[in-house]
Amino acid sequence: MAQVVVVTSGKGGVGKTTSTAALGAALAREGERVAVIDFDVGLRNLDLVMGAERRVVFDLIHVVQGSARLSQALIRDKRIDTLFLLAASQTRDKESLSDDGVERVIRDLRPSFDWIICDSPAGIERGAALAMRHADLAVVVANPEVSSVRDSDRIIGLLDSTTDKAKRGEAIEKHLLLTRYDPARAGRGEMLGVDDVLEILCIPLLGIIPESKDVLHASNMGSPVTLNNPGSGAARAYEDAARRLRGQQVPVVVPSEKSTLFGKLLGRRAA
Amino acid sequence: MKFADLFGRQRSASTAHHRLQVLLMHERCGGTNPDLIPMMREDILAAIGKHISVDPEKVRLKIDRGETVSRLEIDIEIPTPMRQSLDRRASAAYLR
Repeated sequence: MAQVVVVTSGKGGVGKTTSTAALGAALAREGERVAVIDFDVGLRNLDLVMGAERRVVFDLIHVVQGSARLSQALIRDKRIDTLFLLAASQTRDKESLSDDGVERVIRDLRPSFDWIICDSPAGIERGAALAMRHADLAVVVANPEVSSVRDSDRIIGLLDSTTDKAKRGEAIEKHLLLTRYDPARAGRGEMLGVDDVLEILCIPLLGIIPESKDVLHASNMGSPVTLNNPGSGAARAYEDAARRLRGQQVPVVVPSEKSTLFGKLLGRRAA
Repeated sequence: MKFADLFGRQRSASTAHHRLQVLLMHERCGGTNPDLIPMMREDILAAIGKHISVDPEKVRLKIDRGETVSRLEIDIEIPTPMRQSLDRRASAAYLR
């Protein structure tokens, strides 16, 4: 029976889609059966980041509206055979996502997968509300930057009040994934530090993803960073985060300025 | 300049941290009722309007949410009586 995870943030552009793809691929690479679902109807991008944009025939809306079966709409990843994508519709608007339809999709997926990862659209409108509604666990993606942290706080409030789990009186697990973190700038006091963000948001830390050229490179290539460049700092940080999701105890390593400098001295790309 | 610049930059993370703390403290308690300020503005206008005629456009309310206290500023512009009577006299002269 799958765990349903929502990857959410409120603010756009902080790395929800990148993180969905990277975590999904990292989990699948460990043998877990993973379905990633794009809830960003009208502005889908998970297909592009996963390199499946030319293989989308049926999407979430087709399944929700009953014009395609789940098995027809699920796109199996070409690199890992336990990883599947359910794309969002590019043309229709979010209003075509019905509450009942989404509930049915999640219910039908649960028995066949270990993880269902819902990539939320930005904002707090219908698409975002539906992406989080059925979640057992939330990954709150934030950048160490004031507007992102404020929006994350708002999202945490919504997770605690509007999800099905919260309405049943159960606590919804929330984890912080701090992305685009620049340890050198944080060290110089130019950027909010990990502790600053944790102190403000008061949720456990799932991982720290360093600012990295490899992330853009991976999305250029249409491959999750955990598959495209598994040895990179960002990929390793995502892999560790995926292990923590599975319940493994992996100590969080704050990428340090020292290693960056060391990397530079060795002529390598830092983090 | 260079030193001041360096110093200013150094403090920006702690400024961000502090600003967020104050802001979220207010937002978490449900924030301020968005209708509060317009409602108060109407009440204040009505109260003052009983005694002096005030241009509704000249009543400004500002709120500054602070860490321990918040400040509400009410700025009402009232016409100077002297000026008013001068104006009246001027217009009366004109009419004549």
